[in-house]
Amino acid sequence: MKKNNIFLIYGTVIAAYIIIQLLMSAGAVTSSLRGQLVPICAYIVMAVSLNLTVGVLGELSLGHAGFMSIGAFTGVVACMSLESALPPTLPRFVISLLVGAAFAGVAGFLIGIPVLRLNGDYLAIVTLAFGEIIKNIINCLYVGIDSRGLHLSFLTNSDALNLEEGGTVIINGPMGIAGITKLSTFTFGFALVLVALFIVLNLIRSRAGRAIMALRDNRIAAESIGINVTKYKLMAFVTSSALAGAAGTLFALNYSTITAAKFNFNTSILVLVFVVLGGLGNIWGSIIATTVLVILPELLREFNDYRMLVYAIVLILVMLATNNATFKNTLRELVNKIIPEKLIKRKEGTTDGNS
Amino acid sequence: MTFLSYLISGLSLGSVYAIIALGYTMVYGIAKMLNFAHGDVIMVGAYVCFFAMTRWGINPVFGILLAMAVCTVLGVIIERLAYKPLRAVPSLFVLITAIGMSYFLQNAAQLLWTPNPKVFTSVVGNASIKLFDGQLSISVIAIVTIAACFVIMAVLSWYINNTKMGKAMRACSEDKGAAQLMGISVNLTISVTFAIGSALAAVAGVLLCSAYPTLMPTTGAMPGIKAFTAAVFGGIGSIPGAMIGGIMLGIIEIFGKGYISTQLSDAVVFAVLIIVLLVKPTGILGKQINEKV
Repeated sequence: MKKNNIFLIYGTVIAAYIIIQLLMSAGAVTSSLRGQLVPICAYIVMAVSLNLTVGVLGELSLGHAGFMSIGAFTGVVACMSLESALPPTLPRFVISLLVGAAFAGVAGFLIGIPVLRLNGDYLAIVTLAFGEIIKNIINCLYVGIDSRGLHLSFLTNSDALNLEEGGTVIINGPMGIAGITKLSTFTFGFALVLVALFIVLNLIRSRAGRAIMALRDNRIAAESIGINVTKYKLMAFVTSSALAGAAGTLFALNYSTITAAKFNFNTSILVLVFVVLGGLGNIWGSIIATTVLVILPELLREFNDYRMLVYAIVLILVMLATNNATFKNTLRELVNKIIPEKLIKRKEGTTDGNS
Repeated sequence: MTFLSYLISGLSLGSVYAIIALGYTMVYGIAKMLNFAHGDVIMVGAYVCFFAMTRWGINPVFGILLAMAVCTVLGVIIERLAYKPLRAVPSLFVLITAIGMSYFLQNAAQLLWTPNPKVFTSVVGNASIKLFDGQLSISVIAIVTIAACFVIMAVLSWYINNTKMGKAMRACSEDKGAAQLMGISVNLTISVTFAIGSALAAVAGVLLCSAYPTLMPTTGAMPGIKAFTAAVFGGIGSIPGAMIGGIMLGIIEIFGKGYISTQLSDAVVFAVLIIVLLVKPTGILGKQINEKV
């Protein structure tokens, strides 16, 4: 199996969509799972986009939720302010997504210029810092709308917006946005996943993508053959943050209320876990890992209070099993004992998806 | 007067960050990994001390010692079980394991001790010293925290620079392979580092909860992140750097809260961090490593 085999990736995603649609029409999907479908799509887009930064560009980012947050809030503001001007849902949804992606992309560009000059753990901590700053700023932001247009206010309260009679407060500081009309559907989410895959896979397989991977493998060597470091690093980072913004809009339009606290450090870490478990640079792996890990806590419901504990143990064991040689061999011997070796088609080098 | 009182509470908070950051930076210097579970070891230390004092009525001093002992054992066990098998793999994988460990500790604490916040009684009481005709009041815990931080720093510097184990630590942080060839037991050295870092985390937990008395399973998370930031701020891997970074971070946070905005204080802290890192990309006391081709 070649890494990032496009037929495999598109094939699995489309097949999964069709199967879930069939199951839904047959009524075989539980309501708790149905509620997870849009978040799964949003997290897949997040994981795929973060994989572009962490796996393909090779820079650890701990603030990816910040871009998701920007996308979520700008997208929802766009959606709510267009409500009267553009009643049909599909174009309004698409415009909201584009607005979310654009704002997150611009933020990614502005943050990327200073951040990408740093290396390794220092870069990671600065992305963490930006994620926290974004969360803090949105927590202090008040946005309202009336017939004169949008009103912004910072650090005060919703009265400072000076709204006319009949105007509505959209972002209410730490209370976030309430009363969102849920526009996201599984089909929209699926479409966004396809678009994200299309963008990322094409980027990886293009000239620019090869330049980005060359930077990851050896920056100095790449620079010496004339690859523009800043340009390609920014290209990957901005694409990644714009996609995260779109994912944020999709995610936010699935709930009736959102707050900035939802997109905190833990969310960034959650997505990073998806990416690392799926395999760095392996897009298919990201999709699978995201799906499994979002559903896993639901499946562990019978463990009740213990489910997050079990989740943590599973996470540690998977990391040990995929990375520790002794652990891996013991596991393999165990498998061989249970199943005769002839029955296993041994494909060397495919057991671990990471590069 | 407000300036002075902000400065003192900043110093006190910064001292807690510094003690936590010492644990981060020592582990990073030697094992080259970010131990995200460190923040949760703080929480465990605080809980142990809390139960020792309230449930068993143990003297606070012994409570702290007990918390240190429990955290030391916990830190070494964590290292042995989760990090040691992954010593040869890229640090990102160890980071994820550490995050798993952090989830584990938080959820285990939630099951053992319920998510309801507990009110931590300060180990030295709530007394405060009034100066300048009562215009300036300094709580005793602030003084104890600052003093503890300086004592720990002095002892640790002496230990690293003057003992055989300290020498082994410095050797391991420079080159593990060469250290091994010189007959240093790398595994033992790393275990000792984790033990010291975790014992310090217990002290930090008790001091933190004495000043800010809400104790929950997630209490350690945010101070953990801040202390990690402080360690990077001062130059990760450098012990005086962790101290300077921690104290500066605490002061900036309290000044940000007092003079700019309570809601934006974290943003101010992180903004200063970003500016420092842009000017000095390896932190205040970090070593500048020249690139070789």
